Amino acid sequence: MTQTAKPSVRHPGLRKNKLGLTRRDYEGTQSTLCAGCGHDSITAAIIQAFFELDIPPYRVAKLSGIGCSSKTPTYFLNEAHGFNSLHGRMPSIATGANAANGDLSYIGVSGDGDSLSIGLGQFCHAMRRNVNMLYVLENNGVYGLTKGQFSASADVGSTAKRGEENQMRPIDPASLALTLGASFVARSFSGDKKQLVPILKAGLTHQGFALVDVISPCVTFNDHEGSTKSYAHTREHGHEVVETDYVPPLHEIQAKQDHGAATAVTMHDGSVVRFRSVHEGYDPTDRAAAYTHLKELQARGEVATGLLFIEPKSLDLHTLENTVDQPLVDVPFEKLCPGSAALAKLQSRWR
Amino acid sequence: MDRDSPDRTNDFVIKVATVNGTGSASANGMLMQAIFRMGVPVSGKNVFPSNIQGLPTWYEIRVNKDGHLARSPKVDLMVTMNPKTYEQDIAEVSPGEAVLYDSSWPLDEELRRADVMFFGIPLSHMCVESFKGARERILMKNIAYVGAVAALLSIDIDVLEEMLSEKFGTKQHLMDSNTAALRLGYDYAMEHFDCPLPICLERMNANRNSVLMTGNMAAALGCVYAGATVGAWYPITPATSLMDSFRGFCERLRKDPETGKNLYCVIQAEDELAAIGIVLGAGWMGARAFTSTSGAGISLMNEFLGLAYYAEIPAVIFDVQRAGPSTGMPTRTQQGDFFTVAFASHGDTKHILLFPGDPRECFYFSVKAFDLAERFQTPVFVVSDLDVGMNDWVCEKLEWDDGHIPDRGKVLSAEELQEMEAFYRYLDADGDGIPARSLPGVDPKGAYFTRGSGHDRFGRYTEDGDLYQDVVDRIARKIEGAAEALPPPEVRVVDGATIGIVTVGGCRGAVLEAVEILAEEGIALDFLRVTGFPFSTAVEEFLLSHDLNIVVEQNRDGQLRRLLMLETAVPKSKLASVLDYRGAPLSAEVVARGVRDRLGLVPVEAG
Repeated sequence: MTQTAKPSVRHPGLRKNKLGLTRRDYEGTQSTLCAGCGHDSITAAIIQAFFELDIPPYRVAKLSGIGCSSKTPTYFLNEAHGFNSLHGRMPSIATGANAANGDLSYIGVSGDGDSLSIGLGQFCHAMRRNVNMLYVLENNGVYGLTKGQFSASADVGSTAKRGEENQMRPIDPASLALTLGASFVARSFSGDKKQLVPILKAGLTHQGFALVDVISPCVTFNDHEGSTKSYAHTREHGHEVVETDYVPPLHEIQAKQDHGAATAVTMHDGSVVRFRSVHEGYDPTDRAAAYTHLKELQARGEVATGLLFIEPKSLDLHTLENTVDQPLVDVPFEKLCPGSAALAKLQSRWR
Repeated sequence: MDRDSPDRTNDFVIKVATVNGTGSASANGMLMQAIFRMGVPVSGKNVFPSNIQGLPTWYEIRVNKDGHLARSPKVDLMVTMNPKTYEQDIAEVSPGEAVLYDSSWPLDEELRRADVMFFGIPLSHMCVESFKGARERILMKNIAYVGAVAALLSIDIDVLEEMLSEKFGTKQHLMDSNTAALRLGYDYAMEHFDCPLPICLERMNANRNSVLMTGNMAAALGCVYAGATVGAWYPITPATSLMDSFRGFCERLRKDPETGKNLYCVIQAEDELAAIGIVLGAGWMGARAFTSTSGAGISLMNEFLGLAYYAEIPAVIFDVQRAGPSTGMPTRTQQGDFFTVAFASHGDTKHILLFPGDPRECFYFSVKAFDLAERFQTPVFVVSDLDVGMNDWVCEKLEWDDGHIPDRGKVLSAEELQEMEAFYRYLDADGDGIPARSLPGVDPKGAYFTRGSGHDRFGRYTEDGDLYQDVVDRIARKIEGAAEALPPPEVRVVDGATIGIVTVGGCRGAVLEAVEILAEEGIALDFLRVTGFPFSTAVEEFLLSHDLNIVVEQNRDGQLRRLLMLETAVPKSKLASVLDYRGAPLSAEVVARGVRDRLGLVPVEAG
C-alpha cells in the first residue's frame, strides 16, 4: 500500500456546508483497494454524512483495526486524527479515547474478520459500555488481505472461490447486537448510498454505540455465484425495513409536516431521526420485534436492511461513569492533584 | 524460652496460623498496627492462599528495634489457630520458643515438643459461652487471641482498645463485643501465664514520622497526584488493590466540587488486552492513563505494548509481580517478569522500567512514571511485586511539593501547530530522538495517522527499508536516552570492599540486613540497588569497579543478572547470583548464606 494524495484542484462551484467546507474537505488519500470494492462506496457515504452534518473534520477521531475495511479511514477526513490499531482491538482504543475526550465525534471502521472473530470480545464489550461512536462494520464474509478464507459471517452453503462450501452457521452482527442490548442497530448495503448516508448520519448523532452493519461485497474473493454477500445476491434479497431520514434540529418542524406518517425519534442532541416503516406497524424502538423480524427474513434467506433498532435515550459510557461534562483531557492539573494538605490529612489515618 | 538470654525486647517474630475467610486478616493487622503505634519498628507479611474461604493462611510479624524489617525465617511465638496445620506450625517454632494454641480441644500429645513452651487457652469455649451465633463466635475468637498475644508480649491494651473504638465508632454493640473478646484473651493469659514473655514490647519513638501503607495504595495515590484520569484494568491478584485504591482515593479526592461528577474514569475491561487498549486510546487522546496487572496480564498485553512502543504512545503499566510461569502461584511473591517487561512484544522493542523498593517509592515512582511516559512517548512499567504491593510496610511519610509541574513532554498546542509550516509526527526536530506530538481535536494541522505498520519520519505508511529503519533507529536512541532520566540507583559503599552486592525492588531490606550480618563476619560489601532500566552509567560503573558482583533477586533464572550481562559492559565472570524464588518475601539469612556460598565457590583476592 502506498499513500497517494489527491490533487487539490477544486471546482469553484462546489456546494459548501455550514462551515464553508466542500465535500472535498472531507476526503482522504486515494484508495488502494481493488477497483469496485464495496468499501470504497461506504467511504464515499461516510464523507457525505460528515459533510452534511457540518462536523469539522479535525473534531473527529477515526479508528480502525486491521484488514481491508480498516485501511479505509485514510480515505476520508484528512484533517482528522486517525488510528489504524491492531486486528480486532479498535473498540478498546476507541473506548479509551472516548473516555478521555467525549467531545469529539468517533467513527470506527471494522470488518467481519476484525469484529466477529479475533475482535468479537471487544466488539461486544464496546456495545455493552455503549461507547458513543459510529461503528461501521464492512461485512463481506471473507478475509481479503490473506486471500479469501471464510470469515465468521460467511453463510452456510456459501462457497469460497476455490469451491469449498461453508458448513458453519454465521455470526450475524445485527442479531448479536440486539441480544447484547446495543442501543442502535442498522444494516445497509454498500451499493445503496441513498439508504446508507442517512443511516450513517443517524448513527453519528446517536448518543451511544451505533452499529451499522454494511454488506459490502468483495469483488475479488466473494462476488460470485454461490456467495450470499455478492452484489447480485444482496440486491435481490435485501429488504429494507425502515427508511431512515435524518433531519437536523433546524428543520424539525418542517420535517414533521412533510412526513406525518413516519416514526419520529428525537436524538440525544435534539435532532430528529424519522423512520418510515416499510412494513406497517414496524416499531424501531421495539427490540424484540426487531429481532423477530431479522430472524424471519433470515429464515427466508433474505437480508433485513434499514434502521432495525434504536433506543434514543440510552446511557452512554460517560453517563454510566458519571464523568464531568468537560473532557477529561481538558481538566487542568490543579483540579486533578489534591495537593500537600490533602496528602497530610490522608496519611493521618494511616497509623 | 530462655529467660536468661540477652535482651529480647523489641526483637522477635510472631507467626499466626489461621484459616482464610474467617476474619483473621483484620485481627492480625490489628496486632501489627498496635505495635506500630507503640513506636516500635515492625513489619507484617501476609501469606495467603488463592482461595476465598477455608484454606490455611499465615501472618508473620517481625518486630526489630534496629529497623530490620525483612521477613525472618525464625518463629519466636507461633499462634496456631488452625488444627489442620498444627504439625507444620509447631515444627517451625525455633527451639526454646513458644506456641499459643486453642486448648478447647486437647492437643495431640505427639505434636508436643519438649524444647517448646505451650500456652493453651480455651478460646473457642470461652467465645461460645460469651457470644451468640456462629459468625460472631468465629470473629470474636480472632480478637480473643489478639488479647492473649497482647498479654504475652505486653502490647498496650489501651492502644488496642483505641483502635477498636476508631474502627467501630458509634456502633456500640460491635464495640462492646470486640472489647469483651479482647479482654477475654488478655485476662486469661494474665491470670494463667507468667506474662510478659522475655520476647516483649517496650514503647519506642521510631515511628514518629512514619505511616503504614501498601505499595499498591501508594502507587494508586501516585496516580492521583500525577493527574491520571483514565484507569483500565482486569482483576488479577496481586494487582487488584491498586485500581481499587485508585477508585477509592478518587471518590474522596476527585469529585467536581460543583457537580459531584467524577474527574476520572475507571473502566473494568473484559480482559487485559482491552485494558491496555483503553489506556493507549486515552494516552493517544492526551489523558494520563494507566493499568494495573501482574505477569499473566502482561503476557496478554504484549501485542499492544509493541504498538505503543512503535507508534510512540504514552502509557503507565503497573506490574505487581507474582510467582509464574503461567498461573503459577497467584498469591505468592516473585520477581520473574523482568525479561517479559524489558522486551515486551515481538520485533525489536525495549521498555522503560522503574523498580520501587518499598511503598514509599511506589508513590514517587508512580508520579515519575507518568512524566517519563509523556516525555519519552512510550510505555513505562512500574515493576513491583506482591510483597511490596500487598503487605503493610512502615514507611516515612509521603510529601508533596505543591509547586510540582507535570512533565507533559512535547505536546503541541493549537497555536504552536498554527505557527508550523507543516507538522510531521515522527520528525526528530531537536535531535534527542523525541518527536513532537499533536493531540486529536486540537487543530486541523495536527492531524496524522497513527499506525503500528511501517511508517516513515513523516508519519506516512511505508514498506521502504531505509525509511523504516530511520524511524526504528531513532526510537532506539530515544529509549537509550531515557537511562539518565530515571531515578538514580541506590549505592552504599564501604571502605575497602572489592565485592558488590546488587539487588532490586523489595529485596532491599533483606539485602541491607545481610550486608550488616556479613560485615560483622568480616565480609565487606558495596551495595547497589537498581531502580530503573535502561541501566544508567552509574550502574555500569559500579559493576565494572568490583571484582565480583553478587546479584540477589527473586526468580529462578537470574533475570536481573542476565539483563546486566546484556545491557552493560560488565563481563559475565564478574556477575554471580543469589536467588530465592519459593514465593515468600526474602530474608537476610537466605542472602547471607548465598553470599557465603558464592564466596566459597569463587576465590576472592585479598583486598
